[in-house]
Amino acid sequence: MSDITNQSLSEIIDNVKTKKISSLDLTKAYIKNIENAKKLNAFVTTTFDLALDKAKQFDKKPTFNKLLPGIPLAVKDLFCTENTKTTAGSNILNNFIPSYESTVTKNLWTNGSFLLGKLNCDEFAMGSSNETSHFGNVINPVGDQLVPGGSSGGSSSALAADLTPATIGTDTGGSIRQPASFTGTVGLKPTYGLCSRWGIVAFASSLDQAGPMTKTIKDCAIMLEAISGFDKKDSTSINKDKEQYSKNLKDNIKGLKIGIPKEYRVDSMPKEIDELWEKGKKILKDLGAQLIDISLPHTKYALPTYYIVAPAEASSNLARYDGVRYGYRSEKGKDLIEMYEKTRSEGFGDEVKRRILIGTYVLSSGYYDAYYLKAQKVRQLIKKDFDDAFKKVDSILTPSTPSSAFKIGEKTNDPVSMYLNDIFTVPVNLAGLPALSLPAGVDKQGYPLGLQLIGKALDEQKILNIGYAFEKNCGFKNEIKKWWS
Amino acid sequence: MSIDKEKIKDVAKLARISVNEAKVDSLTKDLNSIFKFIEQLNELNTDKVEPLTSILNQSLRSRKDEINDGKIREKILKNSPKKNEEFFVVPKVVE
Repeated sequence: MSDITNQSLSEIIDNVKTKKISSLDLTKAYIKNIENAKKLNAFVTTTFDLALDKAKQFDKKPTFNKLLPGIPLAVKDLFCTENTKTTAGSNILNNFIPSYESTVTKNLWTNGSFLLGKLNCDEFAMGSSNETSHFGNVINPVGDQLVPGGSSGGSSSALAADLTPATIGTDTGGSIRQPASFTGTVGLKPTYGLCSRWGIVAFASSLDQAGPMTKTIKDCAIMLEAISGFDKKDSTSINKDKEQYSKNLKDNIKGLKIGIPKEYRVDSMPKEIDELWEKGKKILKDLGAQLIDISLPHTKYALPTYYIVAPAEASSNLARYDGVRYGYRSEKGKDLIEMYEKTRSEGFGDEVKRRILIGTYVLSSGYYDAYYLKAQKVRQLIKKDFDDAFKKVDSILTPSTPSSAFKIGEKTNDPVSMYLNDIFTVPVNLAGLPALSLPAGVDKQGYPLGLQLIGKALDEQKILNIGYAFEKNCGFKNEIKKWWS
Repeated sequence: MSIDKEKIKDVAKLARISVNEAKVDSLTKDLNSIFKFIEQLNELNTDKVEPLTSILNQSLRSRKDEINDGKIREKILKNSPKKNEEFFVVPKVVE
């Protein structure tokens, strides 16, 4: 079985369970792929020795009843992993070795999988193209000049290039869904509070959520089942029973009401995105769903709101990087204050500094009401838009992104044009809702495009079911030539 | 409203980030274009809107206030850039 790494996670699990492949051979196959894919720069750290050990242990005493039996997995380098370096893509954490494991990764390991390596990402998850990482740009396997999206760009690149059978990312404003869309893969941002934030390097705490990135919807359901669940260590974790998303996956969506928000058609949007959206609507309609025109009137204010709320929270969260307790310290400061200032100046990259300054400014005395409080009020209006819409519909269908993957360097000189990438993904984070990006087609250059399904809070099962039915009828196949090996 | 170079330097001071003089110009330009974008919010009248302070329909849980040092001093000190046996070390503060 030389091409096992082409398969979906669920197929691989079946092959392990039926002993068609051992965990060790599976792990070796991924290691070989990773070693041949250095050009993509998807990994910050590899943990091959650990993975081989764990695979051997599994084969000696297999536990086939687990959700992820003997499966090697690489994860975004924003999840703290015990005794394995965790950088968040930043120079300020380039030597940080956590003494604890994030809840979400711990859940993965408890379910039978083990760590293959840590995946590159935008610095502190701030970026939409994986061009802000201290460890260099990640390349999209779709084309050697293309960005893989961000901030979970190492995750999307590694997944699409068969360097991991599935992965997890984090999504604060689109950081799972946009890279999934750019690489022809599936990405889910769960309801705020469904997956524990404990042990994830914090960016904007009221928006951050971990979620799966996979090749198929079924894989996505398996991964969500593995990582979700109540955690008392996260004060915003939702206390509810665990759901069996993969077992309960159904492709019958007859009678479901799908909302089509008119505000998601923006002027600068390429015709292909519009056509993709039409194609998506037709597929769902043919499957018996009912399309309903809806309005989310405050959509255009979501991005400006986000660029107050997220930097404000980031400015507070990133105050902890002071060069005293962990991470990088500059030797140049002659007193304590100067040591802080030099450490933070040398430790953070330009985008992170920009956002800390925006955040510090909007929270500073005299400006708080005009910016932060205003944004909190508009956030209320955005949430109310969704509350109203969900009285009429079961799910909302939109494009995932306003374009396909763009070229490296194309948007780095204009922060606002970079931010506009997240125009369709950000409203969901502000409202705390779950949303799924699913591959749906390609543009005229052959680059993948995604559609987004937004659900009610904690209604992941329904959007997964719609996605499942959609996937079976869409006919999308991710055809990536392995030019890098 | 536009942000001038002096304001940028003030905010950088508050954020404890030293800003290279050569970068102040480009930073001022970037932040002004970002704030121009952000200020679209002023089109909206929000006088009667309550600010959203929590996205969850639940209040935060409380826990018992217990003293617990975790007995993990070594683990905590392990990552510090400069340390002695028991403490974090910083540049001299008091002469």
